[in-house]
Amino acid sequence: MNLITIAISAIFINNFVLVKFYGICSFLGVSKKVDTAVGMGMAVTFVMTISSIMTYLVQTYMLTPLHVEYLQTVTYILIIAALVQFVEMFLQKTSPSLYSALGIYLPLITTNCAVLAVTILNAQNGFNFLESVVNGATAGLGYTLAIIVFAGIRERLETSPIPEAFKGFPNALISASLMAMAFLGFQGLM
Amino acid sequence: MFKIIKDGIINQNPIFVLLLGMCPTLATTTSLENGIGMGLSAAAVLICSNVVISLLRKAIPQNVRIAAYIVIIAGFVTIVEMLLKAYLPDLYKQLGIFIPLIVVNCIILARAEAFASKNSVLESALDGLGMGLGFTVALMIISVVREILGNGTILGYPLFGANFQPATMVILAPGGFLTLGLILGIINVISAKRRAN
Repeated sequence: MNLITIAISAIFINNFVLVKFYGICSFLGVSKKVDTAVGMGMAVTFVMTISSIMTYLVQTYMLTPLHVEYLQTVTYILIIAALVQFVEMFLQKTSPSLYSALGIYLPLITTNCAVLAVTILNAQNGFNFLESVVNGATAGLGYTLAIIVFAGIRERLETSPIPEAFKGFPNALISASLMAMAFLGFQGLM
Repeated sequence: MFKIIKDGIINQNPIFVLLLGMCPTLATTTSLENGIGMGLSAAAVLICSNVVISLLRKAIPQNVRIAAYIVIIAGFVTIVEMLLKAYLPDLYKQLGIFIPLIVVNCIILARAEAFASKNSVLESALDGLGMGLGFTVALMIISVVREILGNGTILGYPLFGANFQPATMVILAPGGFLTLGLILGIINVISAKRRAN
């Protein structure tokens, strides 16, 4: 698979949120405003890219040579948790403005299943180093695309007349369903 | 004691009331079999991790508690993954990546933080049982609807005649969002009526 195929597949055809259902909690939880959605999308993309690099190195140079592949889940989640913590401290020191913009979303990323999913998928698909990095970054971009568009729709829905019982989550889910239908259209791209 | 279990299944249902753990809820409810498999796997992890975290609640330092919880949960998820691979290989293939993703299921970490870290072992085990069953029941409700409409079957047995055209969209991604959205809406209608009475 070449890199462009991986990128297009990760952003549109197998969009993490709308086709594969990874990272739904934060997709529904942090999409009330476009600003926060942009921040969350950036933070997730960043962590996904770095954790793709880290987990690739650990998988290739530690887990596989030592034949302890069954420790994959435990190792990966520890790497992600440590990484998120590290990114948080690093941003706090170097870029306080970005840190305050992302602040509260950073700790949430550890339990965002999109991050763990992308690292496991990299290993399952046997991607090499470059492919893993591209897959991580573009899957993050796909997540960002979906959450920003969704936040835009939800901002408009706030002021729309909706039946009382469907306000909030039910209506958000139905909107997401319509978006997912639109993304099904990309299936024919390849 | 029964109150803890009942809370988990009805009053505090993790999916329909607390709205936690949405990823497996949407992704693994394409058939009733998958829904039950996912629900019970998560329930097993939840009960075990609740018990262990409750046992260790005084030993785990406050600062690193989340990391400690995640390691405990990941350990049990690995065990469940190996058991499924050995004894139920078909289900293992169907659920695929969503088995390791039980680690980041918000329900399990949320119960560890909100309940098991503050309560006794027995209560934590019951809370895990209640929440796990609540999760399973919710997955069963969603997956029954999706399997009947999207595939025309229940547990693989055809319900309608050979001429039945299932609405395949319901077992694809959009149908997952739509079914859950409509069920939550219907629950809101029912609870609003109850309050009015």
